[in-house]
Amino acid sequence: MPLMRRPGTVLAMRYAAAIVLTIFFVFPVYWLFIISFKTPDEIFAFPPVWYPKSIQFANYRVLFKDGDAETVWNSLVLAGVSTVIAMALGTICAYSLVRFKTGGENLAVWIISQRMMPPIAIVFPIFLLYVFFGWVDSFHGLIILYTAFSLPYVIWMMRGYIEDLPLELEESALVDGCTRWEVLWKVVFPMVRSGLFATAVFTFVFAWNDFLFALVLTRTEVVTYTVQVTHYFGGQSNFWAKIAAMSVLGTIPVFFAVATLQRYLVRGISMGAVKG
Amino acid sequence: MADLKITNLHKHYGGVQAVRGIDLEVASGEFTVLVGPSGCGKSTLLRTIAGLETPDGGTLEIAGRVVNYVRPRDRDIAMVFQNYALYPYMNVFENIAFGLRARKTPQAEVETRVRRAADMLGITPLLDRLPRQLSGGQRQRVAIGRAIVRNARLFLFDEPLSNLDAQLRDEMRSEIKRLHQELGTTMIYVTHDQIEAMTLADRIVLLREGKIEQAGTPLDLYERPATRFVAGFLGSPQMNFIPARLAQSGGGWAVKVGDGTSLALPARQREGLADGRAVVLGLRPQHVTRANGGNRPGHQRLTATVELVQPTGSRAYITFPLGGVPTVAELESHDVQRPGEHIDLDLDMNRAVLIDPESNRVI
Repeated sequence: MPLMRRPGTVLAMRYAAAIVLTIFFVFPVYWLFIISFKTPDEIFAFPPVWYPKSIQFANYRVLFKDGDAETVWNSLVLAGVSTVIAMALGTICAYSLVRFKTGGENLAVWIISQRMMPPIAIVFPIFLLYVFFGWVDSFHGLIILYTAFSLPYVIWMMRGYIEDLPLELEESALVDGCTRWEVLWKVVFPMVRSGLFATAVFTFVFAWNDFLFALVLTRTEVVTYTVQVTHYFGGQSNFWAKIAAMSVLGTIPVFFAVATLQRYLVRGISMGAVKG
Repeated sequence: MADLKITNLHKHYGGVQAVRGIDLEVASGEFTVLVGPSGCGKSTLLRTIAGLETPDGGTLEIAGRVVNYVRPRDRDIAMVFQNYALYPYMNVFENIAFGLRARKTPQAEVETRVRRAADMLGITPLLDRLPRQLSGGQRQRVAIGRAIVRNARLFLFDEPLSNLDAQLRDEMRSEIKRLHQELGTTMIYVTHDQIEAMTLADRIVLLREGKIEQAGTPLDLYERPATRFVAGFLGSPQMNFIPARLAQSGGGWAVKVGDGTSLALPARQREGLADGRAVVLGLRPQHVTRANGGNRPGHQRLTATVELVQPTGSRAYITFPLGGVPTVAELESHDVQRPGEHIDLDLDMNRAVLIDPESNRVI
């Protein structure tokens, strides 16, 4: 006779499994945060200090005093500006692809195929090009690069959203007195708002997390926070406190972007998912 | 002056000729209905008038100005779409005001004009709602409101009622007719529904395969169709078509149908009659009635066996064989009870049409 399991037991086991998994995944994040608030002694203490006696902001103070925190600002500017440009250009391109069949059937596939290219394969030619133009270690250099890298993704995503719009809405606006640009602004943008936000967040995160291009193309002026973190890995010792504090600073903007736009993100992603 | 003048208009998509040499004039204040089966080019024609398609040949004039390459916004037209085309993120007021705002109308005037339009359509209580909170009929009213608020010279309707259920469609049809009477604006209306066409139109333009098959008043087309297609398209149930041959009988002419039944044609002069010529006899179900005594000139009596009875309430459609062809008659419902019944029928040959089977044109 099979064992009759009580529903309460099953539920308890499920919860237990969920809790174990959650701890497993959340613990590294917790550890990172907690290190950033510890004193040097606590960081290296054994047995480990699971939670500090008092919250120390000294690690952050050092970052701001030495000017290291500025690298977060640099990343913010690079990712922010390139996202805005890529979204504006990409949406217009996507609209043109959908409504005017620009480039015929295959142009869209060509565009997305750019995205498949491994960045490491082109970083050296780009470096040479940038040296030639004198764009190394400049804001505009990286902004152009990030924009170029995000554009295919933006065009591809926005194309999907725009294809789903009923054509009659735009035609009605044209008859009612709008120009094409006004149609874009007054009809298309509001209709694809969720998609715009979702795509923008992913575009932003791509540029925000970039390490390779920033490493190769920056020196001292426009160091991003991802590159800055690597400066704390020394030959003799690693500055764990700084690494942790810098990583937390680098997480905050993305965390806020996702948290505030969550509503649009979920809708935007599922909007895209419905498409074949 | 004609509000719209179309000369030899052509439009094709790739290899498909959607509109093939259409000439049309629409007088100011006229309600013109473009009707025809799907794929006849009626919607393409309307969209070309709106400027949403560019013609491939011919000219298009609105109020005496050639507008072939003029943008839709500069054509002084308003259009109502089949799927309402309401902006889901704007409330009813803003939807109706959209066209006025696009044209930078002062706020005070927007306010008065939107309220007046809403009043006319009975949607004032809905002005604060979003489109998704409205029923289909209410949405279509808003869509119409958005058109009339603009005071455009030309109103275009692209199958505006086809998404509504039957009852609402009847209601909105009278509404549109009333609006036309009140506003007196030139309206061009596309539908595939012949009842809508008959009830609304001052003039029907019946299209087929990108060409005008016949244009005229609804009664003109109904009573004097030029072709078999027109005769069959208008009227419900459809006109009966019975293959027959012409024969001389006595001093006049008659048609002989398949089973040898001879039906005398009225004495009025007809051209192109020849003994033995093959024709198709076109007879509307409404012109076959229950025989009652006296023989009227041009009418023909016939005893038939009822094969099928379809009651519709006050009327009943019966099917009986005539010359081997199942033929439909529309009778009073109490005229006939059940299939198999023998019944005396009266055929109004005055209103029958003869069609040449080769050219499909009415003789």
